[in-house]
Amino acid sequence: MQNNYVYIKIPSLSTNESFARSAVAAFCSSLNPTIEEISDIKTAVSEAVTNAIIHGYDNKLGDIVIECRIKGQVVEIIIEDFGCGIPNVEKAREPLFTSKPELERSGMGFTVMESFMDELVVLSERDIGTKIILRKKISNNSEKMYNKL
Amino acid sequence: MDILCNENGQDLTVKLKGELDHHFATEFRGKIDERLNSGQVKNLTFDMEKLDFIDSSAIGFIIGRYKIVKKNDGKLEIINASHKIRRILDMSGVGKIINIK
Repeated sequence: MQNNYVYIKIPSLSTNESFARSAVAAFCSSLNPTIEEISDIKTAVSEAVTNAIIHGYDNKLGDIVIECRIKGQVVEIIIEDFGCGIPNVEKAREPLFTSKPELERSGMGFTVMESFMDELVVLSERDIGTKIILRKKISNNSEKMYNKL
Repeated sequence: MDILCNENGQDLTVKLKGELDHHFATEFRGKIDERLNSGQVKNLTFDMEKLDFIDSSAIGFIIGRYKIVKKNDGKLEIINASHKIRRILDMSGVGKIINIK
């Protein structure tokens, strides 16, 4: 199958969180993912987009660009904002760490992304923005049959 | 996303329906807290039977309500969580402080 891709550009409105995760899930459906795989992808995308809105733009308005590619059985999702950037990526990735406890943030966003996807890359620069790269291999039909046995 | 609140004396049951993310957690927080802070309600139950999706924002939301309930010497309970939802609750350790049935 030819490699497929989609670009989505949305303003950083919280109402777009559900649109973003549903749109990416719909795009991935051509790989015939399991319900669990789709759920993992939706959750990871939701985390990254929410981070861009709350942390990247601090609830101010800005653009979020989502680029989604299918390469063989692998889905690659790049979620980029042009906001304030993450001062300390290593610290931000620690479970339960949050810079905004007053907003009831659980500090689990990166942990969730890491657990549900095969790969998580975080690229961030102060006042330039943050780019999150998520990759996940979707099991092919023969693997699905094998898993059922 | 929709919520249905049912108050019975000291007990408040909140049925969550749909997808609980940052957007809806922000929208429904006030509605639930108003009842929790009314002085009547002590215990809170989240019924997750009709809940299809949560992310870490929902975890923050649950822990936030837990803190209020605990301050009032009440109990918070989660019922009817699906396997999918349970997975995220367990990942965050919520099950260690909140009774999940």
